[in-house]
Amino acid sequence: MKKKTSYAMAHEIKEEILATAHRIKIKDNINTDYIISGRYKFRISDPKELAQYVFNDIDPEFYKRVKPGDFLVAGENFGCGSSREQAPLALKTLGLGAVIAKSFARIFYRNAFNLGLLLLECNTNYIDDGDQLKYIPEKSVIYNESKGINVDIKPIPALMRRIIEDGGVIEHLKKNGGFRIEV
Amino acid sequence: MGKTLAEKILTNHAGRDVHAGDIAVCNVDFCFGQDGTSGLIMESFKKLGANVFDKTRFAMVIDHSSPSPNIGVSTVHKAMRDFANEKEVKLFDVGEGVCHQLIPERGYVTCGDLILGADSHTCTYGALNALATGVGSTDLAITVATGKNWFKVPESIKIIVSGKMPAGTYSKDIILHIIGTMGAKAATYKSVEFYGNAIKALSVDSRFTISNMAIEMGAKFGIMEADPKVLKWVKQHSIRQPNPAFADPDAHYGEVREFDITKLAPQVARPHTVDNVVSVEAVGGVKIDEGVIGTCTNGRLEDLEVAAKILKNRKIHRGVKMIVAPASKGIYLEAVKRGFVEIFVDAGAMVVAPGCGPCVGTHNGVLADNETAISTANRNFKGRMGNPNSNIYLGSPATVAASCLTGRIADPREHKKRLL
Repeated sequence: MKKKTSYAMAHEIKEEILATAHRIKIKDNINTDYIISGRYKFRISDPKELAQYVFNDIDPEFYKRVKPGDFLVAGENFGCGSSREQAPLALKTLGLGAVIAKSFARIFYRNAFNLGLLLLECNTNYIDDGDQLKYIPEKSVIYNESKGINVDIKPIPALMRRIIEDGGVIEHLKKNGGFRIEV
Repeated sequence: MGKTLAEKILTNHAGRDVHAGDIAVCNVDFCFGQDGTSGLIMESFKKLGANVFDKTRFAMVIDHSSPSPNIGVSTVHKAMRDFANEKEVKLFDVGEGVCHQLIPERGYVTCGDLILGADSHTCTYGALNALATGVGSTDLAITVATGKNWFKVPESIKIIVSGKMPAGTYSKDIILHIIGTMGAKAATYKSVEFYGNAIKALSVDSRFTISNMAIEMGAKFGIMEADPKVLKWVKQHSIRQPNPAFADPDAHYGEVREFDITKLAPQVARPHTVDNVVSVEAVGGVKIDEGVIGTCTNGRLEDLEVAAKILKNRKIHRGVKMIVAPASKGIYLEAVKRGFVEIFVDAGAMVVAPGCGPCVGTHNGVLADNETAISTANRNFKGRMGNPNSNIYLGSPATVAASCLTGRIADPREHKKRLL
């Protein structure tokens, strides 16, 4: 059971976050068409309505299972394919605290951070559906409470960390008057 | 140390020396959005509270659902028209064509450019020696407002394609073979440079097909050299001065791959991933319900020409729906003049307005449950053509045309005499 929920991807990435892991049956190469199908993204502009169609073609009940703050867990190359920003937007609108994968496709990676959706890269073989996770930013690890193991996370690049801390790229630009790319 | 093409062009646009791994803010030469991404571009642009940085460096294209099939889409189209009028920026309205044909065709791209598009297949213009890549809507809105964006300088992969292309095979077969061999994530966040005598022998239109699909192995860029064919092409289409970039001989590549296509057979990607590639013989006989020729991958004049050669004075198989969507108005008109449209219609095909509809499943040929299509598009993801309970195979225009004649996936080399 969840002990504490933090919705707070915006602002400081210092706080430890507890979350439940959700896996979907396809592990690798989950494309943005699967995240949000063209059937819906061209027709629907309200993010809340769109969010009900997340993974509609591969796991239509997914949106009912997740609770705000939960982590989505996937394998390699998550978010490949189309550049549609509706994909991370719909995941963020569902309230997911983060997406964890072995790797991310590059357009999705930028889009997610731009919208303030946290992405974490690690070996997700150590995380099963329903596992209780604790993200510890200071140590760059996810502690898998259900298995009693630490999973190392690839450090988040400085610019991406600042974008998340500022609550998205638009807020980052407004706050800093430009991109703060220095390491 | 020497520089790759990506390092060269990003250095030119960053105003400082950059190498793989660096993050730099760069000036962008041109950017655009399409009707699937412009709704969010306009929203993010509004949030930024800025003006358009340079009205001549931004355009919007209505192509993904063109003309509109429903009220939701019509509302977005109208908002795009209003925005374009208000901001005095270029809008390519319904009927003009697919963004990845229009942007180069109308002269917005030249050699050495850095281009951003809110569409993943923006890498297409790599064939013109431009660094071009897809981004999301918010990234694009930032560039509309500032003329810039941040770039991570990618590592590069060199792919050398050599050998003479066998009859009945095309650039689509080359890129499907490369993706099938290397896999869908082989080039994630990397720049792919294509070289070799087999690339040099291709027309610029054929090269677009290869650069277009670089994203299907995850690549950020799929770039080629500016040879005389490219320089001639950009001179014909653009008034802008080309600034060709060349990689240094001592540039560093994370990987070098060589492909010999001398014995290449026509290639087909099976459902539901683009890297699930086999030779056409392996799927010969798979029954099809629909064939699509068009899209940003293969909707150009030479693609229509090869299909017309196969279909001339013939009828497509009973029960097969064949859809042809020329990539732009200009190509459509030329196909009319050359008699291709008459051949298609006479054969039983439908020639629809230029646009992306069939490929993205918005309209124009949505499949029923358990139906199978073969398409010249670049993606065969489950549900891509509008129905998750259908199957999509990908092949060259010749393979699609040959398959429409028999109602089963067919080898275009059976029509060798027509293809000479």
